[in-house]
Amino acid sequence: MNSYLARTGWMRWLAPGLFGCMLAFAVQAQGNLEVDTPAISALKASMQKRHAQLAPLYASGAIGLAADGSIALRDASAVPLAQRGGISALVAAENADRGALYREVARVNQHPEWEADVRGTFAQRWIDRAPAGWWVQRGGAWVKK
Amino acid sequence: MSFFHMRPLLLAGAAAAAASACVTINIYFPAAAAEKAADRIIDEVWQTREAKPPQAAPAEEGARQ
Repeated sequence: MNSYLARTGWMRWLAPGLFGCMLAFAVQAQGNLEVDTPAISALKASMQKRHAQLAPLYASGAIGLAADGSIALRDASAVPLAQRGGISALVAAENADRGALYREVARVNQHPEWEADVRGTFAQRWIDRAPAGWWVQRGGAWVKK
Repeated sequence: MSFFHMRPLLLAGAAAAAASACVTINIYFPAAAAEKAADRIIDEVWQTREAKPPQAAPAEEGARQ
């Protein structure tokens, strides 16, 4: 009887303890998404560098933030003819980086199938956070913020 | 075998079940965490905020000394 009491003494805490660990793990798993990897840092640096060239194009309305998390050439006439080729290449390079970023965030968090969700989340945040005057795609139409 | 002798076994089973439950938790896309991660990356790409405040603070302290 004595040993039974001793055993139940600590065992009584085992189930709540385990449950607590589970909750803590769940909260931690919900609270963070891993985005600090060399590949993601390289993509960020590349996009940050390109942004210096893209910023005036967002402001002029030549390019806009698309609903699918990419950027798109919206109004080529806002750019002199001679520069249009360069801008298409810039847009293509940015979209390649963005695609790689969404894929990498999903992959590094052990859920490659999250890529579309990551893309959707980013699409929403790029658009929400775009400053006034930029063009964004909402409900299939381009609107100026 | 009495129930009390079986109990550690049952508890081990429960612990294994709990551990497997932990693994399934993260199958759902963590939308709030993704939004936070997206904001951090957007800040850095657009330079809309000080990219790395935790690193900037010690540098300032070092400059003051």
